Amino acid sequence: MRTTFIETLSQAASENPDIWLLCGDLGYTVLEPFAAKFPDRYLNVGVAEQNMAGIAAGIALSGKTVFIYSIGNFPTLRCLEQLRNDVCYHGADVKIVAVGAGYAYGSQGYTHHALEDVGIMSMLPGIEVFVPCDPNEVRAATRLVATSRKPAYLRLSRAGEPNLGSAEVTDLRKPRVLRQGQEIVILASGPIASRALQAADELAKRGRDVGVVSVSCLKPFDETLIRKLARDAALLVTIEEHILRGGLFSLVAAAIAGVAKQAHVAGIGVPEQAGKTSNAGSRDALLDAAGLSVPAIVATIEQFLSNL
Amino acid sequence: MSLLNRPSDNRPGPKDFARRIRAHTLRMVHAAKASHIGGCLSMADILAVLYTRILRVDPDDPQLAGRDRFVLSKGHATAVLYAALGECGFFPLSELDTYCRDGSIFTGHVSHAVPGVEVSTGSLGHGLPMAIGMALVARAAGNGSRAFCLLSDGECDEGSNWEGILFAPHHKLDNLCVIVDFNKIQSFGTVAEVLNLDPFAEKWRSFGWHVVEIDGHDVAALERVLSAMPAPSARPTVVIAHTIKGKGVSFMENKLEWHYRSPSDELLAQALAELAS
Ligand SMILES: [Mg+2]
Repeated sequence: MRTTFIETLSQAASENPDIWLLCGDLGYTVLEPFAAKFPDRYLNVGVAEQNMAGIAAGIALSGKTVFIYSIGNFPTLRCLEQLRNDVCYHGADVKIVAVGAGYAYGSQGYTHHALEDVGIMSMLPGIEVFVPCDPNEVRAATRLVATSRKPAYLRLSRAGEPNLGSAEVTDLRKPRVLRQGQEIVILASGPIASRALQAADELAKRGRDVGVVSVSCLKPFDETLIRKLARDAALLVTIEEHILRGGLFSLVAAAIAGVAKQAHVAGIGVPEQAGKTSNAGSRDALLDAAGLSVPAIVATIEQFLSNL
Repeated sequence: MSLLNRPSDNRPGPKDFARRIRAHTLRMVHAAKASHIGGCLSMADILAVLYTRILRVDPDDPQLAGRDRFVLSKGHATAVLYAALGECGFFPLSELDTYCRDGSIFTGHVSHAVPGVEVSTGSLGHGLPMAIGMALVARAAGNGSRAFCLLSDGECDEGSNWEGILFAPHHKLDNLCVIVDFNKIQSFGTVAEVLNLDPFAEKWRSFGWHVVEIDGHDVAALERVLSAMPAPSARPTVVIAHTIKGKGVSFMENKLEWHYRSPSDELLAQALAELAS
């Protein structure tokens, strides 16, 4: 995902001389091609995210499009007030790019796990929020935000994520069907969608009709399509590499509240880490431990179905 | 177009301008029963020099490309900036009467909805990084534009400022000028009591800044120093302006309470009389 991002951004920057990239001293083996090609529009600000966000706002308010890049919680939570006041309140054309979505940094520990970022960033006024599930969506998202002229948050995983759907992503602001199916629809945001697809395969073997939809644009949120799915399905399941509060589940539940005939909604996400220490482990191991293994997802959905 | 502060300009002098914006500010804060008069009065002479002698901005075209940028980081002291912008003709002076009123764009912390205001601030420690971003773009554009940022002394407690103070000399931002309104009093006590900044000039100097210490009420000295931008030494400049909180109104000078109080009718009349004399 990181590589797709920087390739797409470099392409956009060669077409638009007003695109700048700032990083907070992170991006080794990722950002170098951009830095080499556009040395006058690349800045390693140092380990100083508040300064980075404020500088980005100042550059953007001078007519530029600015990307800021760092790991998970650093360009987001660490400088949240700068994003709220300096970037979003001014409508400054700043794109916040975080790598390490969810458990992507695995054994690096809780400080490096981005588990609350989507909800927090979505609260900011006027920002667009994208959680792409695969490199094709990363390419589409990077292109989209590069020309949107408004603040955006782009949440990337790390490297090696497979493409899950067709290369053609026509409109990233609309949910993207990865697997056709109507009775049960699994809505997934981010690379966790690959586990959703595997769970859907398993449920299909058991005779279920299961669709999987990637919802990569969480703000603005396409409530219309979600309501349509809710009218046609028996069960909507959301899956996200994030706590349930403030993420995809919250958005879906809010979107269909008040819809007369609606599916039941079940949320699968990461438990809050409240006061418990986080163990070492790969992303896969941590997801499994959090109840997001494929068998656990299947079992959870079966459980929801039995309660209908 | 009516660009301010071209060499040929023959505008009213900073002393008269300062007197006028102090008077506007007193009336605004009194009418709105607002706060922060002390910190407005301490920086009035700085604004007067900037807006009568230094800033290349255009009241008829506030978004003019290549203009100088002025960022007020101590956003609570906005009444005096609104007054200065009104005096320059960015909007009719009568609009100052709406300060802090229902529905007004003139909020109690500085708002970029007001013509001539570059950015909204109010939470401290935000202005300098934004001014740095503006200075970077101006330098890349090579249009000679400069960024000025006014900090309070109290907000030098904020870590984000020190991130910026570290950054600007590293990048040799000689078109960036920070002015510190060093009135020695912050929100809940003196700077010396709350969180001592001394040795203040040495801190900036050791971070690589071109440091100038002056009397922040000496308009000739302010004009001399601020005219020397960009700094000759490929370094950003900090002007540590030693000021008096509440300057110009004897009973407000050096009194912490005037960070909060609004003058009564009698005290307003007394203050205006002092300014006029
Ligand atoms: Mg002070």
